[in-house]
Amino acid sequence: MSGDAKKPVHVSLRGVTKVFRGADGAQPVHALGPIDLDLLRGEFFAVVGPSGCGKSTLLEVLAGLSEVTEGSVSFEGKAIHGQIMDGVGVVFQEDACFPWMTVFDNIAFGLRQTSLEKTEIDNRVDRALEMMGLLPFAKSYPAQLSGGMRQRVCIARTLVLQPRLILLDEPFGALDQQTRLLMGEELLRLWRETGATIFLITHALDEAAMLADRIGVMSARPGRLLDIVETQWGTDRDSRIVETEEFGKVTALLWQWLRGESMKAISRNGSHI
Amino acid sequence: MKRTALLRILVIGGFIGLLEILCRIGVIDNFTMPPPSRIAYDLWKIIVTGKFNAAIAVTLSNAGFAFILAVSIGVAFGVFVHALPPLRHALDPFFATYYAIPVLAFYPLLIIIFGLGDIPKIMIAFMLGVVAVIVNTLNGLDRVPRVLLKTAKMARLNRISTAIKVTLPSATPYLLTGVKFAVAYSLIGIIGSEFVMSTNGVGFEIAFAYNNFDNSTMYPLILLVMIISISINMILGLWEKKLLIRRGLR
Repeated sequence: MSGDAKKPVHVSLRGVTKVFRGADGAQPVHALGPIDLDLLRGEFFAVVGPSGCGKSTLLEVLAGLSEVTEGSVSFEGKAIHGQIMDGVGVVFQEDACFPWMTVFDNIAFGLRQTSLEKTEIDNRVDRALEMMGLLPFAKSYPAQLSGGMRQRVCIARTLVLQPRLILLDEPFGALDQQTRLLMGEELLRLWRETGATIFLITHALDEAAMLADRIGVMSARPGRLLDIVETQWGTDRDSRIVETEEFGKVTALLWQWLRGESMKAISRNGSHI
Repeated sequence: MKRTALLRILVIGGFIGLLEILCRIGVIDNFTMPPPSRIAYDLWKIIVTGKFNAAIAVTLSNAGFAFILAVSIGVAFGVFVHALPPLRHALDPFFATYYAIPVLAFYPLLIIIFGLGDIPKIMIAFMLGVVAVIVNTLNGLDRVPRVLLKTAKMARLNRISTAIKVTLPSATPYLLTGVKFAVAYSLIGIIGSEFVMSTNGVGFEIAFAYNNFDNSTMYPLILLVMIISISINMILGLWEKKLLIRRGLR
């Protein structure tokens, strides 16, 4: 499934499946696929789907943290075979701040593994601190920050590496609704400033509808793409679009797809609502 | 001062005060134990005269050496075993039952192998401390959040860099617990060995004083050992507290 034909393809997935071997003789788990998808350069793509449908597995495949069982993944025309590609950054759902490092050192962590000069590293970190509103907290430790601020540290740590593809795995999952909306706005601003391709995993339909150009709807496990919903928002959008009628239509369409899949996932897990 | 700290001082002070009274009124005769104030005075004299400085230096240097060995080898072996799950599964029962083995019973064997020098004592102290360090290292490594390892992988760190820059710093609070055990076991191992069969060290001097009914030496030296051990553990405890506060764990 591909989107706007005018933009070049940045990431391509063809027939991607992921099967996890069962531990100690247990049945293998078919987690994902087959999936065919093209991400276009500079687009904001979100993925929604029921719990356990393989969204995070898909992100790990794109990040190079996990190898596909079948199929192929390519980034900027180069095949990804479970290796970390240059130009790819990830923000995880969990708090990934190093608690023993200051905010400054956390943000500089990835840069210090490169051959960049110290002055360049310091400049980039200072810029990121300013951009994320973290300048007064440069010498603070993560434990002294709120959950939202810690997630901003993680986003800043990814951004300073100037990735061309940013993968976000439910980055605002642990935040309250108001903070999520504001963080969403910040993310849109960063997307506009960096021009990077963004791939966002989320379980929040409204978040996907507000942020993304296109939204991939995944089925219950094994996760496949059921549909791709195009939002048609302008790039200068912000959280105020949640007030519009079109926004309601997009979330309603997403829910139409997901209701049945979520029921399937719940009944498979043997749980009740 | 916090209430718990005040309560702690009151309990210890009360206990020492009670001992002082019991010794002074003769419930505990002075031949069994002198009053705590007398022990403190005798310790002061020992420190001022420097009579046992050589013995103290021998004990502390041997304990320090055993401690360094136990921590460096324990952490390195812990990291190695953690990286090899089958080896870990094979060794886990051994680690779990290790402290049921009376390590000091190996002392005569070590003397036969290494002679009557410092090496058997250091070996005993090392053997006592190293497994506590290994177990706590494994414990700490088990608790490193997976997301931090993924972050290291995204930064393209190799296994050694990941261990140095992410895994070990993340496990530091647990490593510190192992270090605290290593301090205590090193002192126990060295002084215990000096008691059994030795010609020098604080343990030997305590045993010598005991055999000669020399309470004015035995009790101050016991007090000195306690002060050293408690002081080191308190310093490590403060470091641990600072670390945990920094990480929001306290």
